[in-house]
Amino acid sequence: MRVAFYPGCVSKGACPELYVAVNAIAEPLGLQLEELTEAPCTGAGVISEQNPELADALNGLTLAMAESKGAHLMTICSTCQGVLSNHNHHLKRDSARLDKVNATIGDQGFRYGGTTEVKHLLWMLFEDIGIDRIKAAIKRKLTGLKIAPFYGCYILRPAEYLGLVERPERKTYLEQLIGLLGAEAVEYSGATKCCGFPMLTFNRDKSLAMAGNHIMEAKDKGADLLVTPCPLCHLNLDGQQPDAARVLKKPIDVPIFHLPQLLGLAFGLSPEELRLDHHVVPTKGALEKVELKV
Amino acid sequence: MQFTIEVGRYNPEGNYDERAVAGKPYPPPWDKASPRRYQTYTVDLPAHAVVLDALIAIREYQDESLAVRCACRSAICGSCAMWVNGHAHLACKSKLTTFTKDGKTRVEAPPSMPVIRDLVADMTPFWEKHHAVKPWLEAKQPEPPPMEEYRVPNAAMEELIQEVSCISCGACLMDCESFAVNPDFLGPQALAQAYRYAGDPRDAETKERLGAYSGPGGIWDCTHCYECVTQCPKGVAPLEQILKLRRLAVDAGFTNNAGTRHADAFADSVKHSGRLNELTLLPRSVGFFNILDQLKTLPSAFNMIRAGKLPPLIHKSIPGVQRIKNIFARVGGRFK
Repeated sequence: MRVAFYPGCVSKGACPELYVAVNAIAEPLGLQLEELTEAPCTGAGVISEQNPELADALNGLTLAMAESKGAHLMTICSTCQGVLSNHNHHLKRDSARLDKVNATIGDQGFRYGGTTEVKHLLWMLFEDIGIDRIKAAIKRKLTGLKIAPFYGCYILRPAEYLGLVERPERKTYLEQLIGLLGAEAVEYSGATKCCGFPMLTFNRDKSLAMAGNHIMEAKDKGADLLVTPCPLCHLNLDGQQPDAARVLKKPIDVPIFHLPQLLGLAFGLSPEELRLDHHVVPTKGALEKVELKV
Repeated sequence: MQFTIEVGRYNPEGNYDERAVAGKPYPPPWDKASPRRYQTYTVDLPAHAVVLDALIAIREYQDESLAVRCACRSAICGSCAMWVNGHAHLACKSKLTTFTKDGKTRVEAPPSMPVIRDLVADMTPFWEKHHAVKPWLEAKQPEPPPMEEYRVPNAAMEELIQEVSCISCGACLMDCESFAVNPDFLGPQALAQAYRYAGDPRDAETKERLGAYSGPGGIWDCTHCYECVTQCPKGVAPLEQILKLRRLAVDAGFTNNAGTRHADAFADSVKHSGRLNELTLLPRSVGFFNILDQLKTLPSAFNMIRAGKLPPLIHKSIPGVQRIKNIFARVGGRFK
């Protein structure tokens, strides 16, 4: 299946392991990634809140680029998904807003007709690729691992922009996937909460307390690792974890996997192929549970 | 229909129930949450019944010791906000058939608030925040002549209808993720009310308000998680109002804060390269001369470098970046 692939800034910046991992699992999932190399950053909500018209134009341009490819726009980041879904929701319903966007991007040789579907890889797994294809690709069941899902705010809220009203099952895909891969999903309240990343630069200690609290709750419930479809959550949960431990004044030591890394492991890829050796929090303990080494 | 209701009861002597969130109150300030125990009741009610119907039925016919606060039963008075299955809802607006999960519905006072008894939370933190934003209009001079009212354009008031809909139930604050780790945060309800007054053309103190809300505990301490938008039973969408306040505050010149620096650094990076430059974003947001806070970020930076997670040192632009520059030139506003 062809998709207009939107990797997002972070998978090409501070989380290069995510970009490697998603490319590694594309083939077993039958995904043809046609990367939108000329698409701009979504603005991560920061530009939207200060200048909605500018954010409309930037995201309208990306939506138009995907539309011209005649394929779903696939994201691998909850934040990219949230921002693109938000602008797409409004542009599909508000013709005056769409006209404004087209006046701006028209000068650059683009036009958005309002037909693009923006879908996170997590949604595509269940809605487009299908459970049978995933099952067929599994070569190594992750039996014995207790995995805590961590969605990231912008793939869950606001429900209206993300199609969760029509498809409430999107709120359960991570748990379903963990089960499908042979592992056990840990039930805990932090799964749908905020990692704190959006206020890391404004209010560092509170942001880290937020991240630390959710990981500790999962750990107390027996989680060997957390899995997230959002690289920004990953930056706070993994990248900042040693600092979060300092804020909480207790050790945390729980590895955080990107969604494609977890899939890749189940598809028989090695931890190195998925760059599981490039995390701040070592993944060794969790991997040993499924008899793997890094 | 038979419904099973698990009610969090006040238990001054016991410890926090093992089955509560993660075995103990989580996260702070919920570690100050009052101890509770859970008691299960079964009620027979029609299929259209709401959680409040069940609680009243329990209090009237099974257990008169159950404390529950309610008044209008019509989602107007805002008295009965409480936790239903782990999130803040109005009990009078929550249908039992929708909320029954694994054969039961769990109802309790929100652990983010002190508890007076059973389902009755002490709303003092909520009202303190509400009053802190001065939820009233300061009369603009000159006042209209006697026996005449202030006249404002319809459009200006239509802009505020959403905020006026607030019934002060506190559901948004009960589930606010920033408040959970930062009790000093003014919170979604108070800030949505703040916009209701700051955005009103009759107010004389808009600039002073915006200055006050730009400080610690104000508009930049919101983590942007959309919980308040999801939980508000009246469609106030507090986060959207906080974002409007941020725009007003920046336009009014309150820019010497990490929030504005972050937005400026972010937009600047996208304008010049089409994508985010993570290497410069954090130091620019913190402020280059804010040495103490810069130092705080160093251990994390070293950890990232050691793990091979350093963003490319030479930040490359996306192909066709001139398009992005043109878009900024056309609609970039203050980011031009």
